[in-house]
Amino acid sequence: MTLTLSIVLAVSAALFSIGLLAALSRRHAIFILIGIEMMLAAANINFVAFWRFNPQPQEPTGIMVAIFAIAIAAAEATVGLALVIAIYRHYGTTNVDQLDQLKG
Amino acid sequence: MNSWIVLHLWLIPAIPLLASLVILGLTNSRRPMAAAVAIGGQGATLALSLLAFSATLHATGFRAFHNFTWFTFGEQALRIGWMLDPLTAAMVVMITFVSLCIFVFSVGYMATDKNFSRFFTYLSFFTAAMLGVVIANSLLLLFVCWELVGLASYLLIGFWIERPSAAAAAKKAFITTRIGDIGFFLGLLWLYHSSGTLLFFDDGRGCLESGGLVLIGASATAIALLIFCGAAGKSGQFPLHVWLPDAMEGPTPVSALIHAATMVAAGVFLVARVYPIFSLGANNGVTPALTVVVWIGVITGLMAALIAVAQYDIKRVLAYSTVSQLGLMMVSLGVGGVAAGITHLLAHGFFKALLFLGSGSVIHGCHEEQDIRRMGGLRGLMPVTFLTYAVGMMALSGVPLLFSGAWTKEEILHATSRWPASHVPHFLMLAGVVLTALYMTRQMIFVFFGQPRPAPTPAHESPRVMTIPLIVLAGCTIFLSVVITPAWPWLYHYLEGEPAHFDLALLIQPMLFVSLALVAAGIALGFFIYRGAGEGDPVEHTLPALFRFLANRMWLDELYDRTVLALARISARLSDWMDRYFWDGLVRLVGVVGKFSGSVSATFDERGINAGVDETSIGARGLGRVMSAAHSGQIQNYLGAVAVGMLALLLLYAWLA
Amino acid sequence: MAGMITALILLPLAGALFLGVARPNAARGIALSCNFVTALLAVLLWQNFDTGAPGLQWIERHNWIPAIGAEYLVGVDGLSLLLVILTSLVFPFAFLAQRMERGACALMLIMQAALYGTFTAQNFVLWFLFYEMSLIPAFLLIKIWGGENRERAATKFFVYTFLGSVAMLLSFLGIYFVRGTFDFAALADLGKAGLLTGNIAWFAFAGIFLGLAVKVPLFPFHTWLPDAYESAPTGVSMVLTGALSKMGVYGFVRLLLPLFPHEIKILGPWLLALAVCSIVFASLAAWAQTDLKRMVAYLSINHLGYCLLGLFAITARTAAPIDAQAALSGVFLQIFNHGITAAALFYFVGLLEQRRGARGLNDFGGLMQRAPLFCAGMSVAMFSSLGLPGLNGFIGEFLIFKGSFPLAPWPTAIATLGLLFTAIVFLRAMQALFSGPLAESCSAFPDLKRTEKWIVVPVTLLMFALGIAPQFVLSILNTTVIQMARLFA
Repeated sequence: MTLTLSIVLAVSAALFSIGLLAALSRRHAIFILIGIEMMLAAANINFVAFWRFNPQPQEPTGIMVAIFAIAIAAAEATVGLALVIAIYRHYGTTNVDQLDQLKG
Repeated sequence: MNSWIVLHLWLIPAIPLLASLVILGLTNSRRPMAAAVAIGGQGATLALSLLAFSATLHATGFRAFHNFTWFTFGEQALRIGWMLDPLTAAMVVMITFVSLCIFVFSVGYMATDKNFSRFFTYLSFFTAAMLGVVIANSLLLLFVCWELVGLASYLLIGFWIERPSAAAAAKKAFITTRIGDIGFFLGLLWLYHSSGTLLFFDDGRGCLESGGLVLIGASATAIALLIFCGAAGKSGQFPLHVWLPDAMEGPTPVSALIHAATMVAAGVFLVARVYPIFSLGANNGVTPALTVVVWIGVITGLMAALIAVAQYDIKRVLAYSTVSQLGLMMVSLGVGGVAAGITHLLAHGFFKALLFLGSGSVIHGCHEEQDIRRMGGLRGLMPVTFLTYAVGMMALSGVPLLFSGAWTKEEILHATSRWPASHVPHFLMLAGVVLTALYMTRQMIFVFFGQPRPAPTPAHESPRVMTIPLIVLAGCTIFLSVVITPAWPWLYHYLEGEPAHFDLALLIQPMLFVSLALVAAGIALGFFIYRGAGEGDPVEHTLPALFRFLANRMWLDELYDRTVLALARISARLSDWMDRYFWDGLVRLVGVVGKFSGSVSATFDERGINAGVDETSIGARGLGRVMSAAHSGQIQNYLGAVAVGMLALLLLYAWLA
Repeated sequence: MAGMITALILLPLAGALFLGVARPNAARGIALSCNFVTALLAVLLWQNFDTGAPGLQWIERHNWIPAIGAEYLVGVDGLSLLLVILTSLVFPFAFLAQRMERGACALMLIMQAALYGTFTAQNFVLWFLFYEMSLIPAFLLIKIWGGENRERAATKFFVYTFLGSVAMLLSFLGIYFVRGTFDFAALADLGKAGLLTGNIAWFAFAGIFLGLAVKVPLFPFHTWLPDAYESAPTGVSMVLTGALSKMGVYGFVRLLLPLFPHEIKILGPWLLALAVCSIVFASLAAWAQTDLKRMVAYLSINHLGYCLLGLFAITARTAAPIDAQAALSGVFLQIFNHGITAAALFYFVGLLEQRRGARGLNDFGGLMQRAPLFCAGMSVAMFSSLGLPGLNGFIGEFLIFKGSFPLAPWPTAIATLGLLFTAIVFLRAMQALFSGPLAESCSAFPDLKRTEKWIVVPVTLLMFALGIAPQFVLSILNTTVIQMARLFA
């Protein structure tokens, strides 16, 4: 069984869906963050896959984007975690149900 | 030398003015200094005046002037200047000489006053202004100095400023004369318009020379009468004479200065100065303007002489005698006797100064008492004052031969008798002579004869600084006769610019006997009536109604107060009321209309336009409330919505592709 | 040397801005130093002014809003220069007269800049801008720092003058739509042949007349003035009467008379009657006042009435050159003299108020015994105001009457009553204040202090100088007078 684009895309879609589910259903902020990271990973897989199955894969464009995205994701995770900690300090909880300051 | 004095004639008023400024800079503590500066300045001016006088003697009809540009407006130059002719020369000598005597007298009279220096400042200023009037060769310059004379009189009459009556009298003097000055000002404007110049003499183009008089033409009568308003104001002619008796509120030297040398002389001088305008187009020496002058003079002269008979204040009697004599001078000018009128003015200057200073000496000696009923018997106590006063009294009454006043009065009576228009003024003036002799006799008897009235401290003779001016003035009163007798009428001819001849045969004229008889009658009548007068006036007992009428100055002040002044005051109130209520009311009405239309417009806004806007905004708000319900604040809801949205977009894309 | 006028206008504005960051108690010093510089500039302008050259000098012209013909066009002729000098004299006098808060100082400086602008602008839009710019500070100064009834007086002043301004603006817009220019010189040229025709000419005339008549003020548009002057603080009253009221007369000379010669000829007798009413009724009303400030305010109306009498006389009738020149010279001198004298009178009334806390005619008495110098100074100002020869009031009035008498003898004759009533008013005031026994309430009345002497003496000397040798002012004016006389003839 050779690795085809469809298989990789299916994996990435699954990963994205799992991440989305996590982000939507979990109440703990950290888990939401993890869900978001999973969705980001799925997007990275797509980049790499489309690069790999490109008819002219000479230039490493897809892989470059993926590496950038990973770096940015790391930074974003840092900020996200810092926010979570700040929120915990301020409200004493990380349960997103109780954080409704944005209510219009 | 002649040209030098003409060119530097301005020094004559400038020196007293400078003296006045210098004294202003001195503090009150340096009294001798102040008096010295004033008297020194006056002496220097007298020297210059004599120099100017001698310059006019070189040629008969001497006249010289110096004109210069004061300022330019547009393309026009306003020129003023000064002039020297016999009239000016005679006046400056009289003014400076009499003023000098008064200054010296004041040193004694005001010795204890706390504002001694200020007094001399004002006195010097007063003389300076009057000298400016006399030397002016331009009606404008004359008017300027004229007004300054008014200012000086205001300051001096109100000199004892803490007395309300003095302040009121000063105000009255300034305002009454200003009423006349308004007429004078209009006359000046008219003259400027019609003749195109205000210079009296300007090489043939001046307004008193042929060039100017031609241009004046028909408006001469109106101009002359308007100018006469000013003269009437300053010289106390009816109906503007009311300020003059009140001016007695000032210190006595001031009264002397006003009544003899400066202020009242200005009006007569003015008429004499612009006489060519008065007599322009004369028919046999009569013009409408001169006729008015005559009749005003007659009314003034007789009225004042009558009032003087019923006054008890020593200075008021003299004040009314001044008014009366000024009337006489005006009559003389009006009937054509200019030289006679001016000579009487000069002679009057000497003997009226003498009388006022004499009365000052009496007041001083009687410890500031002015009521003649409380004097009496001063003959022995104040011999010098008595003798000099008697000289003045006889000059004023017109006792013939020795006294200058008699000769000039006679000359005036001559002139009136020759007036072609009417003989009434002549006879009325003759009556005036009797009255003058009568009231002067009355005063002499009350003050100097009879028994001394009881007083806490007896009267005393004044110090020498006060009596010497009296003696000098008395001497002048007598010696002036030398040049004004009909035998050698030098002064008249000098003023008219003609040579004089000596002819002793002319000395005795029929008129001399007439006036002798009249004066004798007046004095005799006075002796007869007042011989035994004690505390009261015999006339007051026999004719109380008439006496009260005269004593109250014919109720003219009250009449003015009830009519002219009341009208003016009412119009002032009315103007104020109109402003506050009528005009301002109109404005407020406009304001109310504005406010009303504003409220109408506001109502329309509220009910009409605003309603639509309000509805819209209410709808928008409701919509907003609905929409905001979706914003739960739950991040996961938002995320879910994003996911759903993305899914929907995906499906849409798939469906469209 | 170009740009002097702009510098003159901008300097007080800069001073006003600088006051915003300065310490409050340094405000008066800054305002005064600012005035020192503007006075220097005015003197420079005067010294370098060519008195023989006709027309405008020191012209600065820049495009501003070409679409509506608005230019930045400033320049001075004799009249403008005279008023610039007057403004430069009156403002320091006012600042010295009274301590003012920082805000008041700033507003005064803005007003000063506006006045310089008004007197030098030669284009209507620019002129109107400055004209209005002076109004708002005056309103605020009365409203915030005024005395009794200040709210009412300020509102009245503002609404009155603003209404007039609006009428004037409308008229000028009308003229612009027909004639297409806002330039004063161009409009004056057009005016000779009739600027507008038919009813629109009368509407335009009425609008401008109303605006200016309120400003001067001319009877019966004057009722704002006594209230405003009475309520304003001393320094502001001085400026209002000394400089601001001149804007109206200036407007008459620059705008109404050259632009509407035919209308004025037709209305001549009525206008003369209004001027005479101003003179007579205002002086009579002054007689009825017991409040000194209100009295001086009424006399201010009376004195500006003489100016209008002269102006209306020479434009309503066909004037000979000598009369037109006399009247115009007289009017300009009167503007200048009245500015100084009336400001001085308000200053003295202010001193009375400051010392005693009251300014009623009957609140004083016998001051001469306590304060001879004060009385002497105030008397000089009063005599100057009543037109005593030798002081500055006389020559202007003499020339006005000289010019108007041949043209309008009866109105002039009636107007001389004003001279009489003014004398009565002032002598009555002198009698009440200075003479008589010393009032108990004045027993501690101090005489002029050293600083006050430094203000009074120069002003008094200036009054004497103008009265005795007026040539130094008249020589500024002569060329302008000749030119204007030709324009009005």
